[in-house]
Amino acid sequence: MSRSRPHPLIPSPAGRGGTAPKERDAVPVFAALSDATRLRLLRRLSTEGPLSITRLSHGTGVTRQAITRHLYALGSAGLVRHRKQGREQIWDLDAKRLEIARRYLDHVAVQWDAAAERLKAFVETQEETAEP
Amino acid sequence: MTAKTQSTPQAASTDRIEKRVELRAPRARVWRAIADASQFAAWFNVKLDGAFAEGATTRGQITSKGYEHLKIEMQVQRIEPERYFAYRWHPYPIDPNVDYSAEPTTLVEFTLEETAGGAGTALTIVESGFDRIPLARRAEAYRMNDGGWSGQIKNLERYVA
Repeated sequence: MSRSRPHPLIPSPAGRGGTAPKERDAVPVFAALSDATRLRLLRRLSTEGPLSITRLSHGTGVTRQAITRHLYALGSAGLVRHRKQGREQIWDLDAKRLEIARRYLDHVAVQWDAAAERLKAFVETQEETAEP
Repeated sequence: MTAKTQSTPQAASTDRIEKRVELRAPRARVWRAIADASQFAAWFNVKLDGAFAEGATTRGQITSKGYEHLKIEMQVQRIEPERYFAYRWHPYPIDPNVDYSAEPTTLVEFTLEETAGGAGTALTIVESGFDRIPLARRAEAYRMNDGGWSGQIKNLERYVA
């Protein structure tokens, strides 16, 4: 197995070109997510639906001001958006940008596809040489 | 020849991937290819420093051309002969200058079942725990590879064509 093929879990070197998904698009998304409070906010919005800042800060031990700052950080990465409802701001997920985050996992899945292909070739076509 | 892997739909999950593949080989054969470190190394393109043992860490070095500087550490969790093999590792040890040891790991599980008739083996591969990996790190995987993913996909397409 000395032929040089891409490692199943390690991407190829840069610069091969092609019709890439726009990896750079995902960077601000992941940067915005690299915070426990922001992840919790996203998780709540994804399970409970649109929520006001009052609801989002209730019982978290984090101030409204801090929650608001986190929401705007998520908003600038395109992960959430808000609208006015009376005197309240209602925050909701921007599902389109979350897909960019999910695409990361799709890439992982492609690498495992490649690994599975190699394993298949290994057990189906090769003589067993390393019998225990 | 195509392995015909299937992804289980995980519409809302960013935590796990699951692959299922049917192999035309007896379960004992598939088991050795996975749980025997020297055989695992052959198809995974990694050089490993020892056998797999529950609770032990097996270290390895990638052997794919251009990636020989990358190291992996497989913390073997559980070995149930001919049925189940699980290890933890740090996904995407892309940057050799970064110490990933303090970060959470993902769990990789191989589960083997005999297919109907017993001639083949159904293998399920699950990697889970991505939600605990710092998302900044996941973003870094994009940044450091900068277009590399598309090249990899093209390589794969050529390989399976």
